This record gives sequence, structure tokens and C-alpha cells, in this order.
Amino acid sequence: MRKFLIAPLFAATALAGDISLTIEIPRLEVAEYHRPYVAAWVEKPDGSVAANLAVWYDVEMKDKEGETWLKDIRQWWRKTGRELKLPVDGVSGPTRPVGTHTITIPSKTTNLPALAEGEYRLVVEASREVGGREMLKLPFKWDGKAAAEASTQGKTELGKIQFSIKAETSN
Amino acid sequence: MKNIAKNALGLATLLVLAAQPAAAHRFWIIPSASVLSGENQWVTIDAAISNNLFFANHVAAPLQAMTVTGPDGEAVEIQNGKEGKVRTTFDIELTKPGSYRIATVRDMLAAQWKEGEETKRWRGPAKDFAAAGLKGKPELKVFENNSRTETVVTSGAPSTGALKPTGKGLELVIGENHPTDLFAGEKSKFTLHLNGKPAANVEVTVVKGDDRYRNEAGETKITTSADGSFEVSWPEAGRYWLNATVEGEGGEIEGVPFSRRASYTATFEVLPE
Repeated sequence: MRKFLIAPLFAATALAGDISLTIEIPRLEVAEYHRPYVAAWVEKPDGSVAANLAVWYDVEMKDKEGETWLKDIRQWWRKTGRELKLPVDGVSGPTRPVGTHTITIPSKTTNLPALAEGEYRLVVEASREVGGREMLKLPFKWDGKAAAEASTQGKTELGKIQFSIKAETSN
Repeated sequence: MKNIAKNALGLATLLVLAAQPAAAHRFWIIPSASVLSGENQWVTIDAAISNNLFFANHVAAPLQAMTVTGPDGEAVEIQNGKEGKVRTTFDIELTKPGSYRIATVRDMLAAQWKEGEETKRWRGPAKDFAAAGLKGKPELKVFENNSRTETVVTSGAPSTGALKPTGKGLELVIGENHPTDLFAGEKSKFTLHLNGKPAANVEVTVVKGDDRYRNEAGETKITTSADGSFEVSWPEAGRYWLNATVEGEGGEIEGVPFSRRASYTATFEVLPE
């Protein structure tokens, strides 16, 4: 019943729910450095995946060899990766160098506005060849219309993570 | 005095025998990885019967007895096989997505009898028993020994096509949890079947690998419920060894009663959260 009442509201603000995600890849002083594989998704309170936002891996390697290491983004692989046909449009992308990277994910890709009101988590997981692994979880509240924001600081494989959902885009 | 000493010795011997199962040799099959992504991945397998998990320090597992079943239920070729003195190794290529089962299954009868003072022995498959002409031999004892030792590896999403129960011996039945989807801090529920029926009240032993670096092996014992199900907690990431054994009356073959021993052994990889 409730869904019926809320649905027209979304139609009126079609762009609400665009996600802006900033991921910092820290500079590491190690003998052998490979760019990390990174995945980001939105998780429901029960741990299931609400929206797959990004997976950065070596998409250019011949014979899809980059996919060999996707299993090392362990939780992402378990929750959604292993069920996907790769690459996924709008989700798969190449690895990123050291630095700060901002990506915008349109609401139509994530279908986030259709999510029920409640508590969610943005999860960012990074895994580096001959390196470590780090997973960060950013809780946020989504009521379908108000903006949401969260940020955190990684310790090893990830730097600062910032995340926001736009409330409404006025033209 | 003499008698007491003798009894003490007898008791000590009994204790040693009783303690044996815990220290018994362990058959294991360990894959280089159990969770894989990408296409046409290779996995290398080590297998041995050893004192420690998972260190080859006793005898190699027979390479000839190894079978690999693919996600479609078809046999998969064993490649680069080598049976060494204390360890057997081989590779398999995962050409299809899904789960693969790597196993050694033994299903044999063993008999012993007396000819004068001498104890004679015979071993073979049940179908050869009649031809062996053992019926009526003095002090004839027959044992059935059915054992399955296995592990599972998965390319892509887990599947159960290769893991269908055979209905013979003691075996693990996959329900809500898959053996290649195990994580530290979680619990997994499995079911044990004996000859296709739920195996109730069977003790399942779980031991974490690398026991060579611990003074106590730290075995966990779980008893199966009436429906054969049991739950295992995975306190930390690592490789685990699981075993269950049942012994009892087996029935009759060619009018000769036999006792039965069935065992199931598996190794699992548990990943950190």
C-alpha cells in the first residue's frame, strides 16, 4: 500500500538517487606494486546486494586473464561477482592509479530510488596482487528522497572514501 | 606383584589402542584453491595419508584411485599426475563453470580365516566374493569397508551437479550451504547419509589444518541429528578436515554375515570475512 503512495513521488524527481562516490587509492611504499582491484556496492541490512556500483579490474588483459583475480575481491565475488556475466555495462572498469577518483552512478543504473526506506551500507572492497585486502562499510539511511552522505578513512589498501546520494536535481 | 604388573601393562596397551583414532593417519585431498574466477582455470591437487594436516609425512595417496567429476557429472581428466613417496599431486583444468568433485572412493570386502595355525586373508570387490570360494572356511570373518575421501573446487558460481549423492556408503549431502562458500565466523549446515538414508547420531570430527604448529590438535566433535544434519562453526579462516565413521553389522553376503565400516572424509577451505 505504502509503495503505491510513494511511487508517483519518484516519477516527479527522476534524478534523485544519483550516487557520487570518491575512492582514494593510497600510495604504498612496497617492492612490487600492482593497482588494486576495487569493488563497490550497496548492501541491505541482511547483507544482500541492493546495487552493484563498480568493479575495477584489469579488463584489458588478453584471454580475460584479469577475471582470474576477481575472486580475491572476496566478499564482492561471493555476493554478486560470481553470478555476473562480465564485463557488466556501467559497472566494470579498468583499475585506477594512485590518487583520488570520483565516479557518478546514475540512479537509473542502481535503481536506488526504488529501494525501501531503511538502513543501508555502502561497501568498498580492495584487493591488491602480492598485497593486502581491505573492506570498508559506510552505513547510511535512505528514505527515498533526502540526500544521504557518508565518509570514512581506510587504513591500508584504501584511503578516504566519500559517498553521497543526491536528493534531487533541479534543472 | 607379577600379576599387577601384567595388568598394568595390559591397561596401558588398551589406553594406547583407545587413543589411536585421535592420532591416526589422515587421508586428505587439498586443492591449491577452492574458489576461482575467470575462464579455464587450473587447480593443482595434493593428496596424502599423513599424521599432520596438511603435511605429507607418511604415505602418498594412490593416484590411480582418484576421480574428478565436473559440474555436468562427467569425468574430468587428471593431468600431470605424479605419485611420490609421501605425496601425490596432479592438476585439473576447470573448463566449465561450476563445482568439481575430486574423490577417492573405496568399496571393498576383506575376509580372514584360519588354515591350521595360519591366518589367511582375502580382499576384493563384493562381486568377486562368491568366486573366491570362502564360504565354510574355518573362523571366517568378513568386513565391508566403504570410504570416501574428497574435496570440492568451484569456478564461478557454486553448483551441485557433481555433488549428487551416490546412495552408497557415508556421504555428505549439500543443502543450504555449499562446501566452497565457507567463511570465518559463519556456520554451515550439512547432512550425512549412509547408503542413501539420513545417518543419525553419527559423530563428526572437524580439525583445522596446520596442527603441526599446535600442541593440541583441537578436534571439534558434532553429532548428527535424527535427520542426519549437523552444523559446523568456522571460528577462523583456514583449511579444515572433516571425518565421520560408522561401524556395525552389515548384513550377509552369500549367507556369510559381515560387519561394516563406512567413513566419509573431506577437506574444506574457509575464507576470511
